Amino acid sequence: MNKNSNTYTFLYATALVVVVATALSLTSMGLKSRQQKNIEVEKKQNILLSVNKAEGLDTVPNRSAYIEELYRRYIVEACLVDADGNKKEGDAFAMNMKTQYDIIKAINAAGVTEEEKAGLRRKLSLPVFVCRNDDGALKYIVPVYGLGLWGAIWGYVSLDDDFNTIYGAIFDHKGETPGLGAEIAFPKFFKQFEGKQLFENGQFTAIRIVKGGAPAGDRHGVNAISGGTITSRGVEEMLKNCLTEYKPFFEQRKVDVAM
Amino acid sequence: MDAEKTGNNTGLLWKLFTAPIGKNNPITVLILGICSALAVTVKLESALVMGLAVTVVTGFSSLIVSSLRTTISPRIRIIVQLVVVATLVIIVDQVLRAYAYNASKQLSIFVGLIITNCIIMGRIEAFALANKPWLSLIDGLGNGFGYGMILVIVAFIRELFGSGTLLGYQLIPDGWYISNGGFYENNGLMILPPAALIVVGIIIWVQRSFYKTN
Repeated sequence: MNKNSNTYTFLYATALVVVVATALSLTSMGLKSRQQKNIEVEKKQNILLSVNKAEGLDTVPNRSAYIEELYRRYIVEACLVDADGNKKEGDAFAMNMKTQYDIIKAINAAGVTEEEKAGLRRKLSLPVFVCRNDDGALKYIVPVYGLGLWGAIWGYVSLDDDFNTIYGAIFDHKGETPGLGAEIAFPKFFKQFEGKQLFENGQFTAIRIVKGGAPAGDRHGVNAISGGTITSRGVEEMLKNCLTEYKPFFEQRKVDVAM
Repeated sequence: MDAEKTGNNTGLLWKLFTAPIGKNNPITVLILGICSALAVTVKLESALVMGLAVTVVTGFSSLIVSSLRTTISPRIRIIVQLVVVATLVIIVDQVLRAYAYNASKQLSIFVGLIITNCIIMGRIEAFALANKPWLSLIDGLGNGFGYGMILVIVAFIRELFGSGTLLGYQLIPDGWYISNGGFYENNGLMILPPAALIVVGIIIWVQRSFYKTN
């Protein structure tokens, strides 16, 4: 057969594409459950790390089983809340914070009227995870999501039951610069958040990330990363935007706890 | 005569496999695949995984294209090669996501970018299209191996001096660090891309003067 003919070329290309498509779909189907599991375990690991559990993982032989076991032991509740702080139907663990971030971004866009904001806020379903420590103290974990320099950044922040003091935090990123912006994923950066406070004299301030270093004893500020200014600013924005939407929940729960 | 032929073959195969590791190394001699060599050599683990991934892709893409070489229509030659390479890369990426999740997260986009690695298309065009599948497989594996070896050497140096660790295990004692009252500090330049360029440059220099004197 003439290899230069149109018929041959078309048939060859078609056959090739069918073979390749079959191979790819089989691979994808065969590996999907494992990949899904990896993503799930990573999420659980991050949630646990934000309450200072699951540390020293490198020495554990069966990581995923260990994480599953810790998650079952400590995370006693996972729920969704709406913009007024009331509980909502739905699976908190499966909720992708990216979808919530898109709504939050729209709320904070320039030129949005209060009415439109209220409409957008009705769409929010914010996940909250509750951790019970061995001593019975409850810690509330909320996910945050935002933009760094090169792409998405996200994390989990856990609060004491005064809904003011940060108990722990962890951040991760898609592809910030190694050695600079990527430092947000290292303890040196996120351990700074422990003990910081979200409210200043009753006013919600979130956390400031201070370039050149926060003054010692600042209860609302942490040191920025030198060379990672845009990523640091991204973390600050992320905390401000996401935690603001959780504020009604914090305030409502605070009253509950006080009573 | 048969024995002689096999003897020749083994010698030829061995030569095919080792040439790209030494005097025809894709990175240091042909200066191919530099971009990923700069990007994934901050940590030894990612360099090892990347080297392995590229070896699998070069080996099998050469094997497959070489098996198809008499059937490929010349008018869609490059497209067929690209489809084969892209398929292999996607499969490798999927396997890494399932079995080496952390490494695949670190390598992120660079696994997908194996498609654009000049070594692979270079070997297909220069070797696999003109040689038998078995020889092409060996040639591909050798080139992937030569690439991976340089990656590992660069990553070894960069991780050791940049982070004080190897494969994540800390080698420099805590007490040595200035922050703990010692005298030592990690070299910050080592974790940035320019350091890879400098280290690769030094390896090229050493290798070229070695082959000149031999």
